[in-house]
Amino acid sequence: MSGPAEGAGEAVPGRDADLEALARRGRLLVIESVARAGAGHVGGPLSAMDLLIALYFQVLRIDPSRPDWPERDRFILSKGHASIGLYVAMALRGYLPVDELRTFDAAGTRLQGHPDMTRLPGLDTSTGSLGQGLSIGVGMAMGARRLGLDNHTWVLLGDGEMQEGQVWEAIPVAAKYGLGNLTAIIDRNGLQQYGWPLRPGERHRGDRRDPFGEVAVRQAFEAFGWRVLEIDGHDMGEILAACGDARSTGAGAVPTAILARTVKGRGFSFTEGTFEWHSRVATMAEAEAARAEIGEVVP
Amino acid sequence: MTRPLRDVWADTLIEVASEDPRVLVLDGDLATSTRADRFASAHPDRFYEMGIAEQGMVGTAVGLAAMGFVPWLSSFAVFFTHRALDQVRMAVAQTHANVKIGAAYAGVQTGFTGKTHLDVQDLTIMRAMPGMTVLAPGDATECAAMVRWATATPGPVYLRLGREGGPDIVPPDYEFVPGRVLRLRDGTDVVLMSTGQQTARTLAAAGLLAADGIEAGVLHVPSLKPVDADAIAGAAATAPLIVTTEEHTVVGGLGSLVAEIVTRAQPRRVEAIGIDDEWGESAPNAWLLERFGLTPDRIADRVSRTLAASVSA
Repeated sequence: MSGPAEGAGEAVPGRDADLEALARRGRLLVIESVARAGAGHVGGPLSAMDLLIALYFQVLRIDPSRPDWPERDRFILSKGHASIGLYVAMALRGYLPVDELRTFDAAGTRLQGHPDMTRLPGLDTSTGSLGQGLSIGVGMAMGARRLGLDNHTWVLLGDGEMQEGQVWEAIPVAAKYGLGNLTAIIDRNGLQQYGWPLRPGERHRGDRRDPFGEVAVRQAFEAFGWRVLEIDGHDMGEILAACGDARSTGAGAVPTAILARTVKGRGFSFTEGTFEWHSRVATMAEAEAARAEIGEVVP
Repeated sequence: MTRPLRDVWADTLIEVASEDPRVLVLDGDLATSTRADRFASAHPDRFYEMGIAEQGMVGTAVGLAAMGFVPWLSSFAVFFTHRALDQVRMAVAQTHANVKIGAAYAGVQTGFTGKTHLDVQDLTIMRAMPGMTVLAPGDATECAAMVRWATATPGPVYLRLGREGGPDIVPPDYEFVPGRVLRLRDGTDVVLMSTGQQTARTLAAAGLLAADGIEAGVLHVPSLKPVDADAIAGAAATAPLIVTTEEHTVVGGLGSLVAEIVTRAQPRRVEAIGIDDEWGESAPNAWLLERFGLTPDRIADRVSRTLAASVSA
């Protein structure tokens, strides 16, 4: 069985690349791609960027040169509207040329507004209609068990997405079938597209109410038989430790939920913590401002 | 009288699973109704109870299919075509997932379930899905052949299963070919086109019409998608009137399909018999068939009156 570094090409950064630098570059590519396309989402891809970089560069057992490798880890971006974040991570990892990000949402592109597995090799499923990814991950983890694979299935969900009922259909089933080889990562950025306004005097992390701010999400998962790890979703060390911990339970019977506390729009002063950046399109001037804030030379 | 199609579905899958290790059955807690319980008893290690959670069940099947398995789903038609439609659309149809939908209790003969469960819109909805194969078996032999074909053929399949049995309409050595239509009776006064188990009642109607001196051809359309449009247009050319009959709404179902084809290729009047844009209700099966004009008597009467009206016009 191949190790996690398998397939890291010469032309792309390997597993020892500076993950934080990659994430910074990734964030810039997100906002530039959205500005160029005049479409897309910014806040969600930015909140998930550290998670995506950690996954694609160190956590996932994958080989960009063999996207259909049967024993690979499976990854599902259930919050499909963060597609540009996924494409950026995949491009940096070598699944597609970084230049191809310029085609995001363009006519005939492989980089559809929401991930389309029939267009882009390397996508394990198509997502977009929220709430569906965890069920698909349950099936992949079940299938891996039946095949005797020691791979792992990872599903990245948004916290707003947890409002979808189908998520709560998948959670008990994953525990019932003892899927220790399944991990759900919740990008808890605390905002959704519109959500609810803050009450007078109320303070949340963002400028609208945290969708699950008063809900005991940890206890909910635990009540259904999951193991829960809570981390800072922008701390690479914590992300890697939690994912390593989750993978180590692969042969066991308890699925893992990683509750990753994040900031919506993370990385740029003008996008952080504001709901309007969920689906606001950046202007080229804002992309330039983002580049200036990064404060380093990026290609 | 053949066995109920739900029984045939389950019993065929038990055989197929013995031959094909990829076959699994996922059930939305209706196994004793859909007969998936028989499969669970025969192959307990190949059966997953998914609980009363059809959306999750469909998604899980997509994941299993991605890992190389052939998951068959067990629930009522209405829960696939309505409750879990988003999942069927995005995760199954749009990705061309190798998921097989065993849609039980389709049509009006659903054993006193009432309008909530009675699904007569399923063909309309599923036929509008690019890439979805939509099948409505006419009898037990055809149903078994379709289950085998669907299992062996990559891609999503919607299999419409009636709750009840009915007369045999295809020979025992029948081989299913997707898209093919079957000419079951010749006649040039009118061509009756039907699908699913309604075809048996349509054949009986043709017999009644013959007693009145009206020669009705009968075409069975078991595969609504794909469909051999040339064969339907060719059959339409043989008579001045087409009458479609279906245990289904006339909005978007077989009648619409036939009209789409003949208006393009072979213009003919198409009279569509089916549920006329109404909800169903709880009642004995025979009463419901009568109410919706789907019995042989009612079909023959409607055909006679339509022919008479077209002659006098």
